[in-house]
Amino acid sequence: MIFLYLFITFFEIGLFGFGGGYGMLSLIQHETVEHYHWLSTAEFTDIVAISQMTPGPIGINSATYCGYTAIQNAGYGHLMGILGSITATFALVLPSLILMILISKMFMKYMNTSLVQSVFTGLRPAVVGLLAAATLLLCNRENFSTPIENPWQFWISVALFAATAFGTGYLKINPIRMICYAGFAGLLLLY
Amino acid sequence: MNNIYWESFKTFFKIGIFTLGGGYAMIPLIEEEVVNKKKWVSKDEMLDLIAIAQSCPGVFAINIATFIGYKLNKVRGAIATALGTALPSFLIILAIAIFFKQFEDNKVVAAIFRGIRPAVVALIAVPTFRLGQRAKLNWFTFWIPVVCALAIWALGVSPIYIIIIAGVAGYIYGRFVQDDKDTSKQGV
Repeated sequence: MIFLYLFITFFEIGLFGFGGGYGMLSLIQHETVEHYHWLSTAEFTDIVAISQMTPGPIGINSATYCGYTAIQNAGYGHLMGILGSITATFALVLPSLILMILISKMFMKYMNTSLVQSVFTGLRPAVVGLLAAATLLLCNRENFSTPIENPWQFWISVALFAATAFGTGYLKINPIRMICYAGFAGLLLLY
Repeated sequence: MNNIYWESFKTFFKIGIFTLGGGYAMIPLIEEEVVNKKKWVSKDEMLDLIAIAQSCPGVFAINIATFIGYKLNKVRGAIATALGTALPSFLIILAIAIFFKQFEDNKVVAAIFRGIRPAVVALIAVPTFRLGQRAKLNWFTFWIPVVCALAIWALGVSPIYIIIIAGVAGYIYGRFVQDDKDTSKQGV
């Protein structure tokens, strides 16, 4: 049953994931963390971090990781886990495959019409909102701790958040390098 | 005939291995391999492909790969290139998923990830603003992302519904009310 849910979920994510990898994050998070509880917020954040540091699209990375982890968390072994990640990844790719083939076959001429363009006029600001929601949902206890529970970790986390935003946003430091710095800071300060 | 499947699979496998940081980092690499070296598509075609792949749902790199694969060898070609693109990250992440579980509880790894997590949240926050600039938000459209974000974050609405509503609203807006800017507020 969980395989069927994995397939449906990632098929939906592939079908409605507009706006590139980051735009997809909100959908993946909503389905896998909020809806099915296959992953904790911390695990989801770890996947994003790992995706940044390894090659390949973030959508594929999350599908693969999530497929494996969801099956493992449900109490199955390695082999079933691998089958789970194949299911999720295949389901994610399938809508792209179908849609792109359809477009190159017959819809190429429709892509520049005002109808399609006006649909995208509506989608563009919504995708910004999706990304903002993903950010807000990640700002929680699991990623930052709380000022009451662990003030030291909380304020270090806030500082790392601000430093990374400043570093990648203004100083244009490579995100992978920023992740390495943050990991090093975590090792020194949050051990 | 067999050769060209293998050739296109190999090319996109290589592209899949060498792209760090997601889909858009892939564009120059795909151009180098597919346009300059193999000459499977022309430079102009490539620009059209990028535009279409960007506006369609799904993983950007897979969209591009499918397009080029289909152009080369129809459905089987598309499967070959899509598989080639997905396979490297699939294998790498699967290996990590299998081994990460064992290191998760390691104190050193846990401390490193406690530092990394807030940084990752910032990595998602920054492109939100960049995307907002690119979407050319103004005082008439600024409320749309705010309402969408609040609906998902505070009310737990599925992003899928937001996407559907936004698409339909965009269509209605373009079809019926484009001339009258103020009525756009009825759109979503």
